[in-house]
Amino acid sequence: MIKKAVYALLLVAVLGGTPAFAQTTPPKTPTAGQDDFVPVSAPTNANDTIPAPRLVAIAYGFIWVVLFGYLWSVRSRLGRVEREMETVSRRVSAGRK
Amino acid sequence: MLNRLFVPLAVVAAAMFAYAPFMILNAPYEATMGLVQKIFYFHASAGMGLFLAAFVSGIGSAVFLFTRKPAADRVAVAGAELTVMLGLIVLVTGPLWARKAWGVWWQWDARLTSTLVMWMIFNAYLLLRRYGGPGSDRLAAAVSLFGMANVPFVYWSVNVWRTLHPTTSVIPSLKPGMRGPFWFCVVAFLLVSTLILMVRTELEKRRQELDELYLAVED
Amino acid sequence: MKAFARAVWVVTRKDLLIETRTREILFTTVFFALACVLVFAFGFVKEGRPMEDVAAGILWIAIAFSGTLALGRAFERERQGETLRALLIAPIDRPALYLGKLLGILILLAAVEILIVPLVALMFQAALFDHALIMVALLVAGTLGFAAVGTLFAAMLVRTRSRDVMLPVLLYPLTVPVIIAGVRGTAALLQQPADLPMARAWLSFLLFFDIVFLTISLWTFEPVMTE
Repeated sequence: MIKKAVYALLLVAVLGGTPAFAQTTPPKTPTAGQDDFVPVSAPTNANDTIPAPRLVAIAYGFIWVVLFGYLWSVRSRLGRVEREMETVSRRVSAGRK
Repeated sequence: MLNRLFVPLAVVAAAMFAYAPFMILNAPYEATMGLVQKIFYFHASAGMGLFLAAFVSGIGSAVFLFTRKPAADRVAVAGAELTVMLGLIVLVTGPLWARKAWGVWWQWDARLTSTLVMWMIFNAYLLLRRYGGPGSDRLAAAVSLFGMANVPFVYWSVNVWRTLHPTTSVIPSLKPGMRGPFWFCVVAFLLVSTLILMVRTELEKRRQELDELYLAVED
Repeated sequence: MKAFARAVWVVTRKDLLIETRTREILFTTVFFALACVLVFAFGFVKEGRPMEDVAAGILWIAIAFSGTLALGRAFERERQGETLRALLIAPIDRPALYLGKLLGILILLAAVEILIVPLVALMFQAALFDHALIMVALLVAGTLGFAAVGTLFAAMLVRTRSRDVMLPVLLYPLTVPVIIAGVRGTAALLQQPADLPMARAWLSFLLFFDIVFLTISLWTFEPVMTE
């Protein structure tokens, strides 16, 4: 029951995140004093047309997939091992009788 | 212990990750980079998790080497796998951001190179454990110690050398609107990392119990 | 203290004795280093001719590759003679055993480098010996850092499956800082005019890593080698 709720929440997160990133608002005009983030130094191609939203979406999508995919895979491997343990321990106790 | 805490924490973590994009979108835009800078919230949080995971693995390895406690070794393995996962995230999201911010996918500067090297060291740890045969747990523990020793180097590399990568002073001097979402993301990442460590050590423990059961069957 | 030093010397002397009698590892490593230099010289080609500024990089790659080979061979010898177990049972401190093996490897690599470095200088018209003292310091510090980690891992991999491929897989990521510092320091010396402060900076970087690597290796050698 809880597991289903977790998966549902994950689905909501993925579905909710995509339209959120689909919106783009134009960036504010650049201000002086950019000592924290270094601006572009290499010459950028005028035809550089990978849109920023796509990069951001790929980045976040990748993170979600890796993190929760890994968590899910470990959890399922754990379930498999526990089931195998039950089988083997039944065999052990059967053999002992 | 695992089953009691795991599900509620997982729910919280999933909720945080679901909510994070909305927080991030409402955060102020950075002056020059616009939308693409928003990768920072997850990239830097993953970086923090990465250092922590490397420390967990290294300390677990040290304890294992000197006390031979199997629990320490399990923590070391879980930490190493987490380091590889988070390292993958950092090394993929970084270039996605860099492509827009610096104009290039990759630069051989101190921060990027040292992060890649540290990631490869922990990959080597996992390879050794998988293909090394018996006794590779101790050997891998030594590898993990060297990997952990890299962490301060990676962290300070960006302050010592002039690199394209932002320095560590960016975090303390974040604009007020960015601080909230950032630390929220950090907590979310730390939560997920803790969960991953919990399950992975449990998996390792169960695998060892299963091996012992198989040995009992053979008897 | 004296007993410790004597133990170290006994281990080193054994390795040196075997090597001077057969010269097996020395010759094969020298020729491998030469082959490396050749392959890389023609790998980096500009307008059909070898590039000029690659001497520093090629030198250190040759040292790294041939060093890995020498380490593997040195411990393979121990494995085949099953002498490693005898060494581990012997009543000497484990750190002394580690240092003894390390010293033996260092002397071997020094012999290789004495032959290879002038050869690289010759083949690439690289003025490696204009600032001989710093150059030698870089070589010593770099080889020490590389061998410190290498000896630990080669020793611990002796009884491991897939040890041949595991040694490079483990060694190269760990020794990247040493290689970078060696190459950059050497390149600084080869600039016209030579950038001595930069070379000295990279030398300090190397010494820092030497200390870190030696400390960790000494600390972990015993627990790693004990069953």
